[in-house]
Amino acid sequence: MSLILLAEQVLNGLQFGVMLFLMAAGLTLVFGVMGLINLAHGSLYMVGAFAAAAVAGATGSFLLALVAALAAAAAAGALVEVLVIRRLYGRDHLDQVLATFALILIFSEGTRWLFGSFPLYLNIPAWLSGPVLLPGGIQYPAYRLALIGVGLAVALGLHLLIGHTRVGIRIRAGEADREMIAALGVDISRLYTFVFALGAALAGLAGALVGAIQSVQVGMGEPVLILAFVVIVIGGIGSIKGALIGALLVGVTDTLGGLLLPRLFGLVLDPSAAASVGSALAAMLIYLLMAAVLVWRPSGLFGVRA
Amino acid sequence: MSLKSCLLAASLAALSTATAAWAEPVKVGMITTLSGGGAGLGLDVRDGFLLAVKQSGNTDIDMVIEDDQQKPDIAVQLADKMIQSDKVDVLTGIIWSNLAMAVVPGAVAQGKFYLSPNAGPSQLAGAGCNPNYFNVAWQNDNLHEAAGAYATSAGFANSFILAPNYPAGKDALTGYKRMYQGALAGEFYTQLGQTDYAAEIAQIRASGADSVFFFLPGGMGISFLKQYADSGVGLPVVGPAFSFDQGILQAVGAAALGVKNTSQWSKDIDNATNTAFVETFEAEYGRLPSLYASQGFDTANLLLSAMGKADVTDTAAFRAALKQADFASTRGDFRFNTNNHPIQDIYVREVIREGDVFTNKIIGTALSDHGDAYAAECKM
Repeated sequence: MSLILLAEQVLNGLQFGVMLFLMAAGLTLVFGVMGLINLAHGSLYMVGAFAAAAVAGATGSFLLALVAALAAAAAAGALVEVLVIRRLYGRDHLDQVLATFALILIFSEGTRWLFGSFPLYLNIPAWLSGPVLLPGGIQYPAYRLALIGVGLAVALGLHLLIGHTRVGIRIRAGEADREMIAALGVDISRLYTFVFALGAALAGLAGALVGAIQSVQVGMGEPVLILAFVVIVIGGIGSIKGALIGALLVGVTDTLGGLLLPRLFGLVLDPSAAASVGSALAAMLIYLLMAAVLVWRPSGLFGVRA
Repeated sequence: MSLKSCLLAASLAALSTATAAWAEPVKVGMITTLSGGGAGLGLDVRDGFLLAVKQSGNTDIDMVIEDDQQKPDIAVQLADKMIQSDKVDVLTGIIWSNLAMAVVPGAVAQGKFYLSPNAGPSQLAGAGCNPNYFNVAWQNDNLHEAAGAYATSAGFANSFILAPNYPAGKDALTGYKRMYQGALAGEFYTQLGQTDYAAEIAQIRASGADSVFFFLPGGMGISFLKQYADSGVGLPVVGPAFSFDQGILQAVGAAALGVKNTSQWSKDIDNATNTAFVETFEAEYGRLPSLYASQGFDTANLLLSAMGKADVTDTAAFRAALKQADFASTRGDFRFNTNNHPIQDIYVREVIREGDVFTNKIIGTALSDHGDAYAAECKM
């Protein structure tokens, strides 16, 4: 195994990780601030991808498509918060899970009704297509490099927003003590709608960015949602920093596990069996990682609440 | 079940009770994937099947259509419901091999007929074969065997091969290796439903392969092809038709142009049944048919041909009538092997652009009158 391959896989792991971060950030914010488990987060990812595909198809512009994805997902998020989620804050988690699961079904069938059952076309823009040559002779797709850049930029932006702005102070205060901040005269319901729409917009952005290299189809959000939950459990629920570290950890573990485990088993088994056993175990690796982290730190790496 | 299929089933049921039937109506339970990422495949099978029933004018078919959501447990529940409360005579429709393995053995053990419009796992073709199980599409290995034969004839000597880790994925790599005579640069099982192939593509780049064979049906194939094209690896790609069917080519776009793939069906197979099928399917549904649609269409015509010869309550006679395969297939020549799986020609197709639509064109025959490797193990 060459170093170039290993380096390329680390980049792949990073890219996978930052996209997971975009999903996990919204999920963990919503849980941290409002105490709400939102299973429909994956649907907002799908909304972003479909909005991007529709706008890219109509205008041919990828940047416009990204703007549309952000706007559509944020609007869908705000609408859902006002119409449905708002009634769930006082309820227990089981009610929230049931209601947001219903939202998944409504979003999926609604999207099918609007766009049909066949996957849509969304491709990366010409100015980002093809590989670039990195130092050390690594050939790496320009688009995936751009994804890493966008993900890290969003992480920095969120860090500044939460840590250094008035809205950020309110969000942190809402996390710490909801009644007190309401008593101090902050319009808590408007803050909640804002946080929910922000999380939705990040999910929509991830959907559009990833949709361009994967397939834009109904149900595309659910597999990512499961991974995003793993990420926030590892990182500690409610922590943006935890979401970033957790996402990168999951991304790199998953990618390198898929590369190294079959080779490891190849030392003792024949190639066909090693490929089969190695891939099966690699698929479990992130869950093993989650279990190990929870044994070590039961509230996650940066957990603020148990 | 979607509203449309509900209405369709209801109207078909109403039709069959309204006309004075000369024979006992045959009740058909269709379990297929109508929601989620794999819905395009199920829709095509269903629409192809219903088109054949409609064209036949036969009102003695009662349809019950349900969505399995691509989940084995739901498929089993639906099969139990259809057998016990709907009292169906014939089951059909399942797309995915893992679902077929969960449903088919139980259904045929209860004396029902099962006509497979798609999945053909090796277990049901060999020792697990059953006289009441007929596969109208292919044994899973078939298209991959053809891809292996094509790769050998095209002079590829070092293939990197990959497929999802589930029964049909294992059959795929087994099938390819059976007919391919070169060396393997790598062999990889991906996760079912995986959407990011950056890690696999990096390994292909590092492996020194001269060609890539992959079996990734539905959305998986779209993701792989787009990412592969963007990676700049540029090795020739070979695959079965599942990764290049009509439903997904539009979503892949130009990334698939020129790719060779193997199929038992193509819209340009030159026979009267096929020409009429392609024309009427497009007129009825406003899209070009895929190989899945042709398989649904053929399955319905097989059933109709048997209904014309025997009563479904006379199990032995009905089974013999099915086995004759006395219907005009969209594929031209079609007959059943000793294990009730097809013997047929498999073609090599190339992805081309026709106007602004991406589609396939036949460029040669990979295997003629091809059966499967498991027929000898089938004792019935």
